[in-house]
Amino acid sequence: MDAILLQILNGLDKGSAYALIALGLTLIFGTLGVVNFAHGALFMIGAFCSVTLSRLFSLSHKVEVPGETDFLGNPLKKDVPYLYDIFGESTGAAIIDWAVPLSILFAIPIMLAVGYAMERGLIKHFYKRPHADQILVTFGLAIVLQEVIKYYFGANPIPTPAPSAFTGSFDFGAMLGFDPNTIIYPYWRLVYFAFAVVIIGAVFSFLQFTTFGMVVRAGMADRETVGLLGINIDRRFTIMFGIAAAVAGLAGVMYAPINSPNYHMGMDFLVLSFVVVVVGGMGSLPGAVLAGFLLGVLESFASMREVIDLIPGINQVIIYLVAIIILLTRPRGLMGRKGVMED
Amino acid sequence: MGILEVKNVGKRFGGLQALSEVNLSVAENSCHAIIGPNGAGKSTLLNCLVGKLIPDSGSVMFDGQSVLGRAPYEINQMGISRVFQTPEIFGDLTVMENMMIPIFAKRDGAFRMHAFETITNEKQVVEQAEKMLEEMNMADKRHMHAAAMSRGDKRRLEIGMCLSQEPRLLLLDEPTAGMARADTNNTIDLLKQIKEERDITIAIIEHDMHVVFSLADRITVLAQGTPLVEDDPQNIKGNPKVREAYLGESA
Amino acid sequence: MFGLEKKDTSLLLIVAVLTMFAPFILNPFPTDSALAQFNAGYPDLMQRFVIFGIFAIGFNILFGLTGYLSFGHAAFLGVGSYAAVWMFKLIGMNVLPAILLAIIVSGLFSVIIGYVSLRRSGIYFSILTLAFAQMSFALAYSVLTPITGGETGLQLALDDPRILGVSQTAEGNIPVPSLFGLEMRSTAELVVGPWEFVFNVGYYTSALFMLASFYLAIRIFRSPFGMMLRAVKSNQQRMNYTGLNTRPYTLAAFVISGMYAGLAGGLMASMDPLAGAERMQWTASGEVVLMTILGGAGTLIGPVLGAGFIKYFENIFSKINDNVLHGWFAFLPDGMEDFVVFIIHPFIGKGWHLTLGILFMMVVIFLPGGLVEGGQRISSWVRGRKSEDKAKGKTEPAE
Repeated sequence: MDAILLQILNGLDKGSAYALIALGLTLIFGTLGVVNFAHGALFMIGAFCSVTLSRLFSLSHKVEVPGETDFLGNPLKKDVPYLYDIFGESTGAAIIDWAVPLSILFAIPIMLAVGYAMERGLIKHFYKRPHADQILVTFGLAIVLQEVIKYYFGANPIPTPAPSAFTGSFDFGAMLGFDPNTIIYPYWRLVYFAFAVVIIGAVFSFLQFTTFGMVVRAGMADRETVGLLGINIDRRFTIMFGIAAAVAGLAGVMYAPINSPNYHMGMDFLVLSFVVVVVGGMGSLPGAVLAGFLLGVLESFASMREVIDLIPGINQVIIYLVAIIILLTRPRGLMGRKGVMED
Repeated sequence: MGILEVKNVGKRFGGLQALSEVNLSVAENSCHAIIGPNGAGKSTLLNCLVGKLIPDSGSVMFDGQSVLGRAPYEINQMGISRVFQTPEIFGDLTVMENMMIPIFAKRDGAFRMHAFETITNEKQVVEQAEKMLEEMNMADKRHMHAAAMSRGDKRRLEIGMCLSQEPRLLLLDEPTAGMARADTNNTIDLLKQIKEERDITIAIIEHDMHVVFSLADRITVLAQGTPLVEDDPQNIKGNPKVREAYLGESA
Repeated sequence: MFGLEKKDTSLLLIVAVLTMFAPFILNPFPTDSALAQFNAGYPDLMQRFVIFGIFAIGFNILFGLTGYLSFGHAAFLGVGSYAAVWMFKLIGMNVLPAILLAIIVSGLFSVIIGYVSLRRSGIYFSILTLAFAQMSFALAYSVLTPITGGETGLQLALDDPRILGVSQTAEGNIPVPSLFGLEMRSTAELVVGPWEFVFNVGYYTSALFMLASFYLAIRIFRSPFGMMLRAVKSNQQRMNYTGLNTRPYTLAAFVISGMYAGLAGGLMASMDPLAGAERMQWTASGEVVLMTILGGAGTLIGPVLGAGFIKYFENIFSKINDNVLHGWFAFLPDGMEDFVVFIIHPFIGKGWHLTLGILFMMVVIFLPGGLVEGGQRISSWVRGRKSEDKAKGKTEPAE
């Protein structure tokens, strides 16, 4: 029982990332009809927003420490972040410590701008071209984005710690009456899960309760009709693309402490997120979220010792296997509308 | 006993009964038109004949064999060719290639891996295709990309492609929909000529009464998924039930 | 000749001449000159040109003709490599049986994957192939380690049985792949003045396979079968209503292209007898997509050009560093020189992939026909100007 609970918890953080990326992918597909292979790159850019802000915060200058010398006899110099000068030492240190959550504020305008530029500059010209062309050009864009990041940040993963308040683990087992230390779970992953739930909730309520969202949903259902009503759906779709980019970016920002960002993390997540979208149903928002969490949890179950002993290697392929079975038996996915790309 | 026998066919989509109790008999070497107001189930019926849809009940027999449960390509191999409402041709291929493909399909069946032959060496197929292009008056366009032609020419090519397979039954789905008057008249002339010169049965779904009365030997009127009347053209013109069905729609 | 039209025969002959004389053509600069780093006439790179050429030619039979975009073709290449290395381990070091088994195994593998994936089309097909390839990659890395060698890859060992050969040579080394005794690595050098040309057995073996593959591709393109494949791309609906079953056509194309990939994988293992799982990763599949599109999908020569182009720049571009750039732009005033180098710097050396990505996007956006279309546009533009000149030349005297 405790093992099962642990696996569910373990699946949640990865599932959250899958769900957030897939949400954006399916939003773009549903509204714009575009298959975006560069979406993983947006996730990666988000993660590097965290990296950038932590570095900016840590920018420092040398200050001599009075009365001390190094081993060569020169006066000892120590790095003092500029933030200490501005806010004083304790506030400054706290800001540096909280760089990752603070990056959210920093990343939102950046991701919206990146999404806007991508849609207006490139994607717009591909609405009428075949899906294969969309895949190819966004694949090219993904390569370009990841190479740019690699150029500036190097090829190695960059550790980006969570605030020290969240470094420990939470003992679920003790809370639920199991033996202590049987179910322990890092705090930051709990934060990530809660964050994902908030973002998903925000996107859904935005679509559900605002007129903007209503028009977009109508547009997803039937693009031509809404166009006939004289509503400028194209502009709204551009904004939608920006939002999708922001969701992927924020997913990346908060993921940085879980997995040190590297330039190819976007590609790694892209393939899996596509699988998630397909399993959930192309163009279905609840489907993407459901499938994201489902596959995340399924993956962590498949990594259990007992399961691997039974079917070796199952943890590596479970997601793909599910996708293949779904595609062959129910091509519209778990919650996809009938007829969407069903051929 | 007609070449095409439709018996008690019914088809339901969710809550909508698209077809019910459809009975139809198309006599060999005749031209049979199926008309009816929008939403009468004409297209659904046609799709049931060619294997795109499978009816919930009833039977469809072509030349004594059931077509139900067969894939579109199998039904075509039985001798039924279909012309679509908007011309379905191979847009990226040349007109000549468009014409050769159905001839290959007729000769070699649904699949053959003739990867080591050269198209230009297939003298017989080339000859047949050229003859058909002559007949369709488009020999001068043989090297053109099919997608670059006018709509009227595309329609002509599609009909030619169907005829080159020497089908026993030619199904036409609103062949003049969206055409200018001149193109419509050309198409009517072409179909008349085909009817006179060939041993072929034609079933046509059409909205345009001018087209129907110029071609049909026999007419079935479909309304709300079920046949209203079946009769000769002159009797259909005066039939009060038909008028009601059409006037009811416009009123 | 060879049952080909005149135009195709001359294309084949041109390609044959170019590949046979590649050691000369690719080494135009004297060994000591500053430009020698642009020489591509060394065995390792020349082998890669033709092997990836084969891979791309095969991919083009599927994507170029039928329009089905597979993102998992590297899996077949990887499987071919494994099969060939196993042949070296068990049977002997002759490359022919190894390559044959590589083709057969990848053919069988592609029948299975193709049969399942081709039940869907469009983006679903792409994702299915992607999922299969990633699955093969993950399995090769983990559970299948006894067959694939896992992370270290599959390598030859001194105690391999090699029942038709020897486990180890008289000197106690692992024997090297050969064609009836002719070692793949053996190389002859020809020095003409300051030039040096290298002739490598492995390259010529691969080149012969490439020519055969190219010839086969021409035959397929010009056959009724090839026409049917193009018809599948153009309009599946019309195919079905013309009495043609599209599924076996697409499956045949899929399996043929899978076998081409297997041949490429087998040759790769023959040049260097080891095989690793990274050859199957989806980014490797992406590479062959890049080659085919860049060169010109659906054209005969395009994929070969694309493969050559990418492999050349991957190896040569990536060698250019700042020192080389400073050398080139030394004629500029100092500040200008540094600025130009600074601008170009991200695109060269390790940044070569950035250049490739940008180039690829440009091609998809502006030149969907790839390099081949680019060439055609230029030549028709030149011809247009010439005929304009001619027209002028004719009218002028009359005035």
